[in-house]
Formats: sequence, structure tokens, C-alpha cells
Amino acid sequence: MRGLIYVLSTLAVIALAYWAYHENYQTQQALREVKSLQRQIGDARERLAVLRAEWAYLNRPERLRDLSELNFPDLQLMPLAPEHFGSVAEVAYPAPEPRFGILDPVDVAARLIEGVAE
Amino acid sequence: MTRTPLRPLARVLEARAKGENPDAIERENIRLRHERMRDRMRVRAESRLLMMAVMFVMLFAVVGARMGVLASTEPSEPRASAGGESIVAQRADIVDRNGRLLATNLVTNALYAQPPMMIEPARAARELAKIFPDLDEEELVEDFTGKRKFLWIKRKISPEQQQMVHDIGEPGLLFGPREMRLYPNGRLAAHVLGGAGFGREGVHSAEVIGVAGVEKAFDDYLRDPANGGAPLELSLDLTVQATARRVLEGGMKIMDAKGATAILMDARTGELVSLVSLPDFDPNDRPVPLTEGDPSDSPLFNRAVQGVYELGSTFKVFTAAQALEMGVAAPGTMVDTQGPLRWGKFRIRDFHDYGSEMSLTDVIVKSSNIGTARLAQQIGGDRQRVFLERLGLTEPTPVELVEAPGIAPLLPARWSELSTMTISYGHGLSASPLHLAAAYASVVNGGCKVAPTLVRRVPEPGCAERVISEKTSRTIRGMLREVVTRGTASFAEVEGYAVGGKTGTADKPRPRGGYYEDRVIATFAGLFPAHDPDYVLIVTLDEPTVSALGEAQRTAGWTAVPVASELIRRVAPLLDMRPEIEPGPAFGVKLTGN
Repeated sequence: MRGLIYVLSTLAVIALAYWAYHENYQTQQALREVKSLQRQIGDARERLAVLRAEWAYLNRPERLRDLSELNFPDLQLMPLAPEHFGSVAEVAYPAPEPRFGILDPVDVAARLIEGVAE
Repeated sequence: MTRTPLRPLARVLEARAKGENPDAIERENIRLRHERMRDRMRVRAESRLLMMAVMFVMLFAVVGARMGVLASTEPSEPRASAGGESIVAQRADIVDRNGRLLATNLVTNALYAQPPMMIEPARAARELAKIFPDLDEEELVEDFTGKRKFLWIKRKISPEQQQMVHDIGEPGLLFGPREMRLYPNGRLAAHVLGGAGFGREGVHSAEVIGVAGVEKAFDDYLRDPANGGAPLELSLDLTVQATARRVLEGGMKIMDAKGATAILMDARTGELVSLVSLPDFDPNDRPVPLTEGDPSDSPLFNRAVQGVYELGSTFKVFTAAQALEMGVAAPGTMVDTQGPLRWGKFRIRDFHDYGSEMSLTDVIVKSSNIGTARLAQQIGGDRQRVFLERLGLTEPTPVELVEAPGIAPLLPARWSELSTMTISYGHGLSASPLHLAAAYASVVNGGCKVAPTLVRRVPEPGCAERVISEKTSRTIRGMLREVVTRGTASFAEVEGYAVGGKTGTADKPRPRGGYYEDRVIATFAGLFPAHDPDYVLIVTLDEPTVSALGEAQRTAGWTAVPVASELIRRVAPLLDMRPEIEPGPAFGVKLTGN
């Protein structure tokens, strides 16, 4: 009985040691991955910052204004002015479908005359 | 365990034979047994104590060893938990109210040289001088061949330049990474942003510190890693700022002015939507401050905040507001305007002669110095001073610019009755246009005190500190509207935006005392829409002249007002304000006297 317990506990120690080493190496691997990922994130952020700066530089109001002035024949962009506000009522909606096929007064008169003739 | 009997039969019999008491044997044996037991117990207890001591020593040894390890190793971030927040720029970005970039960082390189490592110093110097035309070849040769072990050549270089330096192939030329502050919009908002420079410099990095404006005022905030790189959100609107700068620049040229400033402020919150001061500079390449002469001639001078001027008739509104608030006068009260008003040897005159008396509304509309001076006499100097204090016109503005706290309005040394009279129409007290903007906003927004700010803030409901009553504010707004419809600021009318405002033309003081005849500060302090003001606009032109009606005109009505009107026409649509029809004639001042 005692021997069995000794054997079992030795086996348990071996198994636990194997598990601990395994976990340790996995953790180290994960940390290496994290490090490399973080370096990638850092590079990406740096690139992003450069792109954002470039975007802001290319979109600076001064440049856009000069560009819109240069391309005025094509774009016809004007500075926003109070007159440029419209109201919804000014939007042209499609004309309503005529309920009857006749619209102009001549036709109506003709129909009426026909009606009288009948 | 073998037990020894307490009364061994042999010894008992022997004792009995000798006639001794056999109980003594038993006691003797009990004693011996107890002694043995005691010894055993002692050994056991001692071994336990020893065990405990060993345990404690080991525990303390572990703790001590851990402490030693912690103390002697380099600190490192717990790597597994970092989510990437640790990778942020060392200085936060600055954005406008819509999140558009105003200032950001760019990674560049600094170029330095280690002459001992150089192979061909003369060639390196020649090639460097070719790449950077501002470097002097001979000086470089001297540096490279001299005793120096280390020298900086360029603080910031572009990637193209870096490649060209690489192509020289000189091992003694080295690069250090640098974070550089970039203002993508150039001159726009230059005075607000200020600029940044390098603090302590090392080979591998350099501190970026703000040198002026918001950059310096928020230096600690921008560099605080605890913010996690969150940008600083200003109240400026980039589009509005660009438009305001464009219009003001054009106006300054047309009016032949030396300088100009425009302030657009949210009338309720005090947020500065736009703050322009011309001439300006490029914060990417900040000019050196003037060491002699008038600092206001430098483009670094922020006229809106640092320039203290006598702002002229724009101050009459405060006198009128106080008179109304105190009940000294009502809008229809007739005020004596018979001129000239003498005070000792001093004479107060009006621009035109307005007859013997006119109503308070007309005093503002026609801008009568005599009328306001008479009102100020009735109000009295002490009360005037208290009122101007409440409007914030006697102390530096709390705006978040590093220049602001040092700029206090210039008050008269002794607040005499004459000072009271001149201050009532804006002479004898010099304040910055920003002071004026904040005071106007406080007066017209319903009477709540406004503190100018450059940081976007959520409007607080209610009124923290009341300056004048809602009713007085409404009356003042009506008067200011009338100044535009039928008074001195008639050019300010912009259809659909119900502009109200007050002009002010003040002669510039000579440095040696007295006033110039032909140099003025022309100011327009306006609000729109007048019936429910969203924004307050201050336009100030320094020494404007425009020829109209066959003569040179300098008054604000001819100079600052047209600029302001164009500014409103261009800017208001950008602020999402639709032109609207003004409320009917029921609005405004009831001209009933009592």
C-alpha cells in the first residue's frame, strides 16, 4: 500500500512538473507574440499619425480654397452665403398624375360640347 | 513501549524484609518517570521551536530576497496586460470643436555628428552644405576636424533629407529619432496655438514643450500620460476660423490698417469659436520675438488678447445698461446733450451736434459722448467701477492662453469724476478686445456673466452670476439693433441675421501723452441675431483709413463695420444659422417715458 502511494505521488510530481514547464513555455511564447504585436501596433499608430497629419495638411482650408478657385470652371464652388439656404418647398417634386386624361381647357370645352351634342 | 512497574515486586519484598516503607520505592519510581517524561517533552518542545525558527528565517529570507530582487532590477510594464494604450505619442493632439486636427506630432529625425568616427570630414561637410543650403561648409569643416566629440547639425530633417544624408555614406553622421510638433493648418489660429519647441534633448528623444498660447497653457495636460493620448478639444471651429481670417485679411488690406482682430464668441457659454489676430505667423516656424521697439509690431503679438486699447464708444452700452438697471433712466428718458460739456479745462464734444436733448435710445444710436457722460455723472464713479468690475473689465481674462493672465486692463490711477465721464464713452480705460467680447456677451445674453474660454465645454443650464436683469438685457439688445437699422453701424445690416451692435472709434494715444489726430482704433462690437443672440462678434482695426464720399474716413462705421458685416454674412451660414425673418415690431424698445 505504502509503495503504491510513493509511486503515485512520484508520478503526480512528474506530471505537475511537466505541466508547469509546458505552461511556462507557452506563457513565454505568448509574451513574445504580444511584444511583436505591440511593436506592430506602435508602427501602425505611427503610420496612422503620419497619415492623419498628412490628411489634415492636404485638407487645410487654405489649400482647399485655392483648389476650388483653380477648378472653378469645372466645380463652380462658391463660398457659402445666406442666399444658399433653401427650403423644402423649393424642391421640385414630380407633378401629380392627372386624374383624367384631359388637362387643358380646350379639351374640356370640347368634351362638354360633345356631351351637349349627345 | 515497555513500562517499568512502579512497585517492582523484588524491591518491595526486599524493602519489607528490611522493614522499610515500600511506598518510598513507588514515589522514587514516579519521580524518575516524571523526570524522563519532562526531558522528553523538553526535547520535543525544543525541536518544535527550532522548526518554527527555521520556518520564520526561511520566510523572511524569501521576503528579503524578493525585495532585493525588486529593488535591483529594472522596472518593466506588466507586458501581458498592456492593450496598446502605452503606445501613445508623448504629446497629445489638439483638435477643433469638430475634431479636425490643429496640432499633431510627426516622427522625424535629428541629425548629429560624432567627428571622431568620421572618415572624410571635409567631404561630409561639402555634401551636407549641398543638402542644407543654410549650413556653412567652412564652419562644418572646422567643427568636424576640431576637438569636438559631438555636435547637433539639424534639429529636424525630412525623410528625403535623411536619405540624402544616408547617401553620403559617412559613419560619423548619425540620426536620433525626434517627435516634432506639426501645425497642418499653418497660420490659421497661430496666436491661439502658440507653438512648441524642444526642451531637454538627448540622442534618442527630446522633450517637446509648448512655448506660447494654448500649447503652453495646457503643457502639463498635453504631456500627461494619464490622459491616454486623448486630444485637447478647443472651442475653435476650423472652417469659421479660416473664413474669418480670410475676410479680416481682405478687410485689413482694403481699410489700409496696420493690424486687425476678430473675435467670435458664443454669447451663452463664452466659447471662442474664432479668434484671429493679424498680422500673424506660422507656428511651425515661429519667428523670434522682438527684443526692442514696440512689441505690438511683432506678428507674435496677439491683438485680441494682449492688445489693450481704449475701445471708444462701444463702452457706452455699459453705461446705458447700468443706467437702465439702476433706474436712472428708461429708454425714452430725455438726456441733456447740449455741448460742449465742460469739466474744468476739459471739454467733451460730440462727433456731430445733436441738439439740446435726446432720448437714451438715441444717445446710444447716435453715439453721443455728452449724453453718456451726463448719465455717468448721475450713476457716479464708485458704482460705475463696481459694475465694470462685475463685467470683468478690470482684471485679466480667464481665457486659457498663457499670455492672458498678464494682461490687465489699464485703469485710471484715480477714479475721479472726470474719469467716470470719459470711461462712460470708452476713454481713460484700456481693455483688450477679448474683455469687450466677454462683457458684451454678458450684457446681451440675458445678463449672465460669461467667462471667455478656448476649451469646448458643455453649456450649463441656469445663470451662475447675474450682471444685469433679463429685461435690461432685452432693452439693450433692442438699442443695439437700432444702432444698425438707423444709427452709426448701418453698414452692418446683413439680411436675415438681425445684426445688432455698437461702433467705437478711439483716437490712439501718443506714447508721450496726448492723442494722434489721424490714427484711430476702430471697433465694432456686434451680436447676431439681436432678438436672441447666439454669437458676439468683435472686430477691431488698428489705424484704418478708407476713402469714401471724397475724403478719408476713419470712423468705425466706415471701416470696422463693413468688415464685420461681411464677416457675419460669410460666417453665419457656416455656423448652421439660416437667415430668418426678424420678429415683428412688437420686439424692441417701447419708447415710453415716465
